[in-house]
Amino acid sequence: MADYSYVRKEMLPEREPPASEVGVIGWLRENLFSGWFNSILTVVSVVLIYLILAAIVPWLWSPTWGAGSLSECRDIVAELGKEHGGACYGVITERWQQLLFGFYPEELRWRPILTFVGLFVALAPVLFTDAFPRKMLWFTGAYLFLAPWLMWGGPIWTPLLVAAGPALGFVAFRFVARAAGTLAGVIAAGLVPILWWLLAVGPVAGAIQSVVPLGIELVESRLFGGFMLSVWIGVVAIAISLVLGVVLALGRQSDLMIVKYLSVGFIEFIRGVPLITLLFVASTLLNIFMPPGTNFDIILRVMIMATLFASAYIAEVVRGGLAALPRGQYEAADALGLDYWKAQRLVILPQALKISIPGIVSTFIGLFKDTTLVSIIGLLDPIGLTGSIRADANWNGIVWELYGFIALLFFLSCFSMSRYSMWLEKKLRTEHR
Amino acid sequence: MTTVTQPEGRSFRLSMLIYDSRYRSATIQIVALIGFLLLIGWLVSNTAQNLATLGKSVGFGFLGEPAGYDINQRLLDYDSRDTHARAGLIGLLNTLLVAVAGCVLATIVGVIVGVLRLSNNWLVARLMTVYVEMFRNVPVLLWIVFSMAILIETLPPPSAFRGDEPSASMLVGDSVALTNRGIYVPEPLFGRVDEEGNALSWRQGLGDVHLFGDSWIRFDVSLELIVILATLIAGIMVSGLIKTRADRIQNATGLRPTTWYWRAGVIIVPTAIVLWLMGFYLGKPELRGFNFGGGTHLRNSFIALWLALSLYTAAFIAEIVRGGILAISKGQTEAAAALGIRPRRIMSLVILPQALRVIIPPLISQYLNLTKNSSLAIAVGYMDLTGTLMGITLNQTGRELEAVMMTMLIYLGISLLISAGMNVYNNSVKLKER
Repeated sequence: MADYSYVRKEMLPEREPPASEVGVIGWLRENLFSGWFNSILTVVSVVLIYLILAAIVPWLWSPTWGAGSLSECRDIVAELGKEHGGACYGVITERWQQLLFGFYPEELRWRPILTFVGLFVALAPVLFTDAFPRKMLWFTGAYLFLAPWLMWGGPIWTPLLVAAGPALGFVAFRFVARAAGTLAGVIAAGLVPILWWLLAVGPVAGAIQSVVPLGIELVESRLFGGFMLSVWIGVVAIAISLVLGVVLALGRQSDLMIVKYLSVGFIEFIRGVPLITLLFVASTLLNIFMPPGTNFDIILRVMIMATLFASAYIAEVVRGGLAALPRGQYEAADALGLDYWKAQRLVILPQALKISIPGIVSTFIGLFKDTTLVSIIGLLDPIGLTGSIRADANWNGIVWELYGFIALLFFLSCFSMSRYSMWLEKKLRTEHR
Repeated sequence: MTTVTQPEGRSFRLSMLIYDSRYRSATIQIVALIGFLLLIGWLVSNTAQNLATLGKSVGFGFLGEPAGYDINQRLLDYDSRDTHARAGLIGLLNTLLVAVAGCVLATIVGVIVGVLRLSNNWLVARLMTVYVEMFRNVPVLLWIVFSMAILIETLPPPSAFRGDEPSASMLVGDSVALTNRGIYVPEPLFGRVDEEGNALSWRQGLGDVHLFGDSWIRFDVSLELIVILATLIAGIMVSGLIKTRADRIQNATGLRPTTWYWRAGVIIVPTAIVLWLMGFYLGKPELRGFNFGGGTHLRNSFIALWLALSLYTAAFIAEIVRGGILAISKGQTEAAAALGIRPRRIMSLVILPQALRVIIPPLISQYLNLTKNSSLAIAVGYMDLTGTLMGITLNQTGRELEAVMMTMLIYLGISLLISAGMNVYNNSVKLKER
């Protein structure tokens, strides 16, 4: 018989965990003061944050939204008794429209806005594949021809006739293929739209316009400016370079030696030189390369060079996507007896392009940031406009407010795009497991 | 009697060029090549026609003509009577200077930020995230003009250092001056003299060697620099010998002799003696008249470009470093610990070699981006290759074709050299799978 002096019959009541392990204090101990080194880091960071905020916040807080000139701003700030001066927001109030639209005519600014909104509608079925009906892709196709017309204006017949090009190509393919074989059909489908665009669209559009005048006011490219210009150059360059980039990526992966070396040469050349040299080509050389008498305006030339620039980077992104596909996909397509183009169109590219969307988005972010370089060759993008705003006697000497405003706009757009790209990457990764 | 007929299709038909897989690839390639040559020919003939209309000819003779413009920040001697070729060389060296300095600073900042972003200190990790997102999402050109504005607008003018009660003062024992005209730092000089002008060392400096006479690639090599470099290299080699000996002893006995003070000593002591013998001293900047004289003048344009490029690229490098460290699985650390390796050796022997394999290739492509972005120097007036050859030289001579093409080719050459280096590295660290 054991001799138990004490047997516990009921559980002790639960006690609260020690105050130093939970709640605010526990969190602070774990995350900020978990050792002497971390404590020092925390203190240094707090001091640093305080110094930065102490320098910036009083300057930021300055009710000068109504001021009409820099001196007026200074008067307001002096009345408030601020020692180190304050921001002058009057320039933003007065010029924000110019920073957004450049010199685009005021009464026509609904057009770029509409184009911009349309961009999201057109992109939605591509980017958020499961949330939107596939029929919206028809709008995406139409948008390609609608957007330039809205931006530049002119008779409506031009975009309609340009859009008729692919349709004509398809008709040509149908007829020629039946008469002279598939290959001749493909060649005809390629040639007919190009001939149509180069030779027929201009005169035909002019003829129809003279009979049924229907169109919107023409806006010259030299009036384009501000953020609208950055976005527009970026969007056009990425849209066209997607096609070029896919072709270049396929060329680089191809077994045909000459095609491969031509693609590699082009890609490596473009990626090896700074964008600014390409912009100099646009501003000084492109007109020399074209047949005598051609005269593109500078924005069109910049768009051409930006497109070539972006296409080399897109090609590398797409090549990454092609390389990421398992070999079995290629072999399965071969085993089904698909020829090269059918295999690419039905099996390889849909998967490879899907993998490369995050990369394409980052390329777009990079290009969008790089469009600021056009200010160096004299175009009026936001940074270029700061110069012309400062040339105004009222705003002579204003620096931080303009740069801050531009930086904020760029930050907001690039940050949200990069977040979207990260979200997409995560989503695609889970789908492949 | 049966007659044997040749099976049909043996003879060559034209359609086989397209439908026979033996010939098709050749056909496509030849068509592509012809198309490419036609395109080139079209561009060249257009160019020739246009240039003929403008009355211009293509030639590189302009490179030998006097440039006639000044370059204020330069590594080699240059004046406005030198040729355009010399000006281009000065510009190229300025490009390389800001690129190398930028890569060094960007790597240091990027590695620190990348490691701190993984810190378990909540505040520090958030702060670093803010830094990375802030710099990554704003165009680098904006950062460059922004830092230029900060330097010009917030630093005191040289006149603020004057008078009995100056409003600004020099830093680090009166040797560094931050002004809105640039930063003045001490410069290394040789052949120190005392107040009476007597040499305090055995020689009043060794002088320079002039190479390549009067041609556009002429440059001077300071003999002091050569002596110092030779001493340093000799010291490092002796230090290597000491290490080899320590390794041998460790292999034989299992005990490693403590050698770090020997190894440091053979590098530092001889260098210090040589410096003292040659009369090394730092020439401090001094206020002379309306400006600072003496010392090395780092211009605002250089500082702004350097800081902006480095901090911008550092944000990208931080992400690469973070990704590289995260890519090494925890199992590696645990396996090394199970083998009995000590924590510091785990880092240097197991984690870092693997993380570097992930980090280095994208790191080098960031170096490449930084070098290409250095061409934005033109926005703040730093005279790099874009500012000289593609800037003033182009405007003065009107040789758009030659100047732009040469600039592109030089940048292309730099890029290809860096990528070639990267390929060599990639091959040397590639996983050897059998």
